[in-house]
Amino acid sequence: MTPEPSGAAARPLLVVEHLKKVYPTATGGVEAVRDLHFSVPEGQLVCIVGPSGAGKTTLLKCIAGLLPITSGRIELLGEAITAPPKAMAVVFQEYGRSLFPWMSVEANVELPLKSAGVSKPERRAAAADALHAVGLDDAGGKYPWQLSGGMQQRVAIARALAYKPKVLIMDEPFAAVDAQTRADLEDLIRVIWKQLGVTILFVTHDIDESVYLGERVVVLSNSPTVVQDDVVIDLPAERDQLTTRSHPQFAALRSHIYEQIQRAKHNRGTETASTPTVLRRH
Amino acid sequence: MKLLKDAAYTLGLPVLLILLWWIGTLGGSNFYVPTPAQLAQTFVDTWFSPRLWEDILPSLGRLFAGLAAAIVFGVGIGVFIGSFRTVRRVLEPLLEFFRAVPPPVLVPLFMLIFGLNDQMRVFVIAFGSVWPILLNTIEGVRGTDEVMRDTASSYRITRVQRLAYLIVPAAGPKILTGVRQSLSIALILMVISEMFGSSSGLGFLISYFQRSFAIPEMWSGILLLGLIGFALSVVFRLIERRILRWYHGLREVQREG
Repeated sequence: MTPEPSGAAARPLLVVEHLKKVYPTATGGVEAVRDLHFSVPEGQLVCIVGPSGAGKTTLLKCIAGLLPITSGRIELLGEAITAPPKAMAVVFQEYGRSLFPWMSVEANVELPLKSAGVSKPERRAAAADALHAVGLDDAGGKYPWQLSGGMQQRVAIARALAYKPKVLIMDEPFAAVDAQTRADLEDLIRVIWKQLGVTILFVTHDIDESVYLGERVVVLSNSPTVVQDDVVIDLPAERDQLTTRSHPQFAALRSHIYEQIQRAKHNRGTETASTPTVLRRH
Repeated sequence: MKLLKDAAYTLGLPVLLILLWWIGTLGGSNFYVPTPAQLAQTFVDTWFSPRLWEDILPSLGRLFAGLAAAIVFGVGIGVFIGSFRTVRRVLEPLLEFFRAVPPPVLVPLFMLIFGLNDQMRVFVIAFGSVWPILLNTIEGVRGTDEVMRDTASSYRITRVQRLAYLIVPAAGPKILTGVRQSLSIALILMVISEMFGSSSGLGFLISYFQRSFAIPEMWSGILLLGLIGFALSVVFRLIERRILRWYHGLREVQREG
């Protein structure tokens, strides 16, 4: 059983403290997130699951600095997030609306670097490396819409990688692709995570996906959102679509999270998890 | 083979109409209607002469100057107005009002204000044709995709680059729709602005031929205007196809999918 990393070496990279988000409306406001509390140590791959309408996207937009928070604090590398931080990249679910269709794949990947003032040869090289990492060596000159959905999402991932973030935020990135492509992309994320040591916050509504990908799964309650459960995924680090998914511990974790989500559907805004849940091995 | 077929579709009706016109003018000699051969002869005599560079080219110069100014100001101001919700809401009714005023009625007014010169004529063309571009640009900027905006924000794309790589290209299809509408307005205003207090230009010549009962010459001028308008729209289509290659490609993919 892998213990939670602790001590000075594992000072949390990302801290979410008593996050509350109320959308202002004519009738006084809708409370989307009530009191969220969790932290992510450097290098972890965390999945966030929750029933649909659990405020997952709201949470991500707050973390990404795209949405002002009502109260609480979100901290990256010890600094409060009030605008999109430099050390963070976001991969959105709607790849078709996130890549700019008037630019080539290469230009899309390079744009954030261009804006950051990286020289042309450097960003060329960075884009080529990133496209290579996602297995799209030859697609640089094409337009995004000339590629399949899965390949477009790879381009979006390449753009994020070329940006060299400390934290990679992914908002249900594979919800719109077919099952086979999805399995390939999941494995790609594991490989990238291991190779680059980047911290990943992966939001999904798919329980299997969260268990397969994550080192840890944070289960959110129904909106107004709190943390329903925080589960350590103690599966072997080397994951494989066949063997991992048929692992008995995989099944145990999946049914545990499934139960939590069923409970989460009825749980609105009362926190239940304070310490991470670790399932006993069968 | 396909080329022949395309040519047949494009030229079929014009050829048929000219044929009818030829038959209609065979017997008689109507003072107001020249025969096709007469008109062709007059066309060559009238326009392949010093008038080409003394009248036609200066007219076209003013047309393009006015259009260029309309595009620059329309897109520039449109991007600004479209970017700020409050500005947009305050200004939009006023802009719709200006758009609704038929620009030709402003020609005498501008003549009084600016005098009878080329700047006035360029200004008239620009002022009349700026509205479709301006309003379409505002619309296009406002319609920029939310996710694309979020993407640009999260990657900290600078303000200037956001304009160049996101806002303007995203509004591109709308902007070019506006420019297309402006083309015909600009051509109309080019002619009208030359009909008042002018001694050169296409508009001046056509009204001069009318007043002096040079009927075939007048018709040849109208024919020339039609040809210029047609050429403008063909050239515009080529440019638009090129600038919006991504847009037409994307649309095609979406239609198939």
